[in-house]
Amino acid sequence: MTSSPAGKQTLSELDRPNSYIGKVVPRPNLERLMQGRGLYVSDMELPRMAHVVFVRSPYAHAKIISIDPGAAKRMPGVIAVVTGEELASVITPWIGVLSHLKGLKSAPQSAIAIDRACWQGEAVTAVVASSRAAAEDAAEAVAVQYKELEAVTDMRNALDPRTPVIHPSLGDNLAFERNLDAGTVDAAFAGSDEIVEAEFVFGRHTGVTLEPRAVLADWNAAEARLTIYQGTQAPHMVQNLAALHLGLEESQVRVVCKDVGGSFGIKVHIYADEMATYALSKLLRRPVKFVADRVESFNTDIHARDHRCKGRIGVKRDGTIVAFEIDDLTGIGPYSMYPRTSAIEANQVVNLIGGPYATKNYRARARVVYQNKNVMCQYRAVGHPIACSVTEGLVDLAAAKIGMDPVEIRRRNLIADDAYPCASPSGLRFELLSHHAAMNKLMTMMDYDGLRAEQTALRKKNIHRGIGIASFIEVTNPSAAFYGVGGAKISSQDGVAVRLDAQGAVICQTSITEQGQGSESLTAQIVGSVLGVSMSRVRVILGDTDQTPYGGGTWASRGAGIGGEAALQAAKILRKNILDVAAAILQSSPSELDVADNAVVNATDGTPRIELRELARIVYFRPDTLPPGIQPELMATRHFVPREYPFAFTNGVQASWLEVDTDTGFVKLLKHWVVEDCGTLINPQLVDEQIRGGVVQGLGAALFEKCIYDERGQLTNANMADYLVPMSGEMPDIDVGHVVSPTAESELGAKGAGEAGTAGAAAAVANGVNDALKPFGATITEIPLTPQVILTALKRI
Amino acid sequence: MTAALSISLHVNGERVDAQVLPRLNLADFLREQLKLTGTHVGCEHGVCGACTVRVDGEIVRSCLMLAVQTQGASVETIEGLSDSGEIADLQAAFRDRNALQCGFCTPGMLIAAQDLLKQEAEPDRERIRAHLAGNYCRCTGYQAIIDAVESTALARRGKRA
Repeated sequence: MTSSPAGKQTLSELDRPNSYIGKVVPRPNLERLMQGRGLYVSDMELPRMAHVVFVRSPYAHAKIISIDPGAAKRMPGVIAVVTGEELASVITPWIGVLSHLKGLKSAPQSAIAIDRACWQGEAVTAVVASSRAAAEDAAEAVAVQYKELEAVTDMRNALDPRTPVIHPSLGDNLAFERNLDAGTVDAAFAGSDEIVEAEFVFGRHTGVTLEPRAVLADWNAAEARLTIYQGTQAPHMVQNLAALHLGLEESQVRVVCKDVGGSFGIKVHIYADEMATYALSKLLRRPVKFVADRVESFNTDIHARDHRCKGRIGVKRDGTIVAFEIDDLTGIGPYSMYPRTSAIEANQVVNLIGGPYATKNYRARARVVYQNKNVMCQYRAVGHPIACSVTEGLVDLAAAKIGMDPVEIRRRNLIADDAYPCASPSGLRFELLSHHAAMNKLMTMMDYDGLRAEQTALRKKNIHRGIGIASFIEVTNPSAAFYGVGGAKISSQDGVAVRLDAQGAVICQTSITEQGQGSESLTAQIVGSVLGVSMSRVRVILGDTDQTPYGGGTWASRGAGIGGEAALQAAKILRKNILDVAAAILQSSPSELDVADNAVVNATDGTPRIELRELARIVYFRPDTLPPGIQPELMATRHFVPREYPFAFTNGVQASWLEVDTDTGFVKLLKHWVVEDCGTLINPQLVDEQIRGGVVQGLGAALFEKCIYDERGQLTNANMADYLVPMSGEMPDIDVGHVVSPTAESELGAKGAGEAGTAGAAAAVANGVNDALKPFGATITEIPLTPQVILTALKRI
Repeated sequence: MTAALSISLHVNGERVDAQVLPRLNLADFLREQLKLTGTHVGCEHGVCGACTVRVDGEIVRSCLMLAVQTQGASVETIEGLSDSGEIADLQAAFRDRNALQCGFCTPGMLIAAQDLLKQEAEPDRERIRAHLAGNYCRCTGYQAIIDAVESTALARRGKRA
């Protein structure tokens, strides 16, 4: 279900004969994954490879009194037992700050804790052995003496003067604070007819990639070169940081990324235990492999979302929203994560609150505090679910207060589709969004009026169903504004090299990466379309810093929009180069020729003139037959980064249809709809599947997922049986529709789609639950919406 | 009892004789000793389903079974099921529907789905969802998987008719 706003024209490069753009074509890399013949880091082995297992702190906060490795060193298969102090001889500590996040402060973090552990699960010693089992056996024999220290656990007390300061050198537990005051907030509230306030509480959750984090580091002392095999979203970032902290040149580090078993932002960071693995390989002069087990994943993969956000909305009786105000608090663990920092999520919350709406009056405060829990950082849809849930929760509360339908109040306040370009009160610049077109489409897809009638009828039978609506915006295609300007060497540009080989096939190297989104497929689709070559002849190489152009990778919904444009531009140059040679061979002119169906053809009537295979044969093997002065160049490279807009915002709206069992507190999701606008759809199926997968991660947050810590900072549900994620039995079917507003920043016109689903799903569900509970006068502003939370709100327990 | 024991079994139709420690689980045996890395290890405590294989025709979580328990058994992994062609239609449906993203859950998911399709000719969507409810997928949101299994069931039914 796709529609374009009137007056949009599809660009010619995307509309060539036999174009793959906009078509559903299967991903080329699926076959090996389906046959169990992929290559994940956890599958890899190298000669002389050793395995590392980490002894981790059982305390949330503890002084390390002593470490006795004696017994462990004597155990079979043990190669080395290495403490943080010993490892510090080969790797330097780091501080996770960025200069554009003014005031953000953090303490130096070491690969392995020295003197003190700051969260339950921080590595305190490494045990390296000939097998993982041997290393695990020996890890139990390492005798560590701790003195438990008072743990800071509740974010609400972290700034209390009586609370211990985790890093005394920082002065307090405040990592970052941002204040924003736009428009005339006080006057707007004073002039409103109603003001509604609520505190929104979000569970701490995590990504649960099905393949845990895995690294294989191979220091070749003879070559003085480190090869890192890692399931990462950003190989060049890993290369930069490994080199920096090991005292190497970047040219001495190669990062190779094969298949990755799920990422979702979990694998876009550099973790202390990964740094330790690189360092151990250098120290021990042999390959060292680290694969987290599931308990380690829960205790050390970044967590996200743990926010408490007080929100306030002012509204007129006619539905006009006059102002938003928020006060957000989040606890991020003991360190700001490296290198992207742990202030970005709160910063995004401030940026995004109220984003779909026209009001210019907005005040926000966000505070980010340290605590002795696992580190928090960027996970899929960073900040978006918080901002969307708070905004959309407040809008629904305001609608209820003035007795207006939730859809109607949105229609009266969403930024008009003809108001672009424009900016939000927080300074976000919107090139072209389509909130109203998306809402209209959603109404049709879900038969809103029909569902309302059904809801009313069922209420009489004591069946309580709810409809939840959530409009959202999504940050995609980030420019250097995200990290580069803050001093992080994380590239915002990407590059693609395309070449025609001697058999007329195409090899394409791209700096974006693949974790299942379809990067390989979309690159092949674009290159095949622009070059006039069948996709089966295009081979895409990615995930290798020795082999691909330099670039950022795949995160923040940037792969298709940025890497895709680089592919398009590179393919255009290669096509031009092919036509130049063809014109010389055919005694024609390039303007009279084109490439289609793997052959150079007449531009006018498509008559085949010379097969690419034959052209390549001449160029590579019989250049002597070419006219004098012709030097064919059958390889082209182009890079791309957005320059005009810092981010390409997308928009959309989600709806949830659900039933609440008011006796048990269980929520049954009946159906979910998403309409979104990511600009040009390169492969509609891949976009839809990104949306669906994203929605389901948001549904997990809405109903199930929460890392539960006790007051001593112990994570009490660090396993898959107790930390619940969505399973097939509970998930609804999800209908996805599109509005298409291409970005004019690129010829491709594609924006990102990877995080839209996650951005709004929880908000839609929470609004749906409150809608279902309306007859009971219960309002819940907390997720996950567990049976306990719902029954408590219903005063049943 | 920590000394290695001898076991003899069939894996994907080939006879295998091996020395295994009593504590070695079947998943690690397949992956580390036989290098059949298509069997994935996601949780190592029997919850995620990524390590699902077939033992004597029944699906099991290979992280919860010891290698020594497979003495005399016939073990089938994703590599064997792929090579025999038994699930070629199911794999084609997964490909056409993009029912996998990162692919880490996929071998276990295919084997669990095939188990249902062998038992029941006409599973509806709810039945398929229930049968696959022990296999985690963090990427797809499940709908594409359910679609692919449903369309395979329909196509197989058509062939039988």
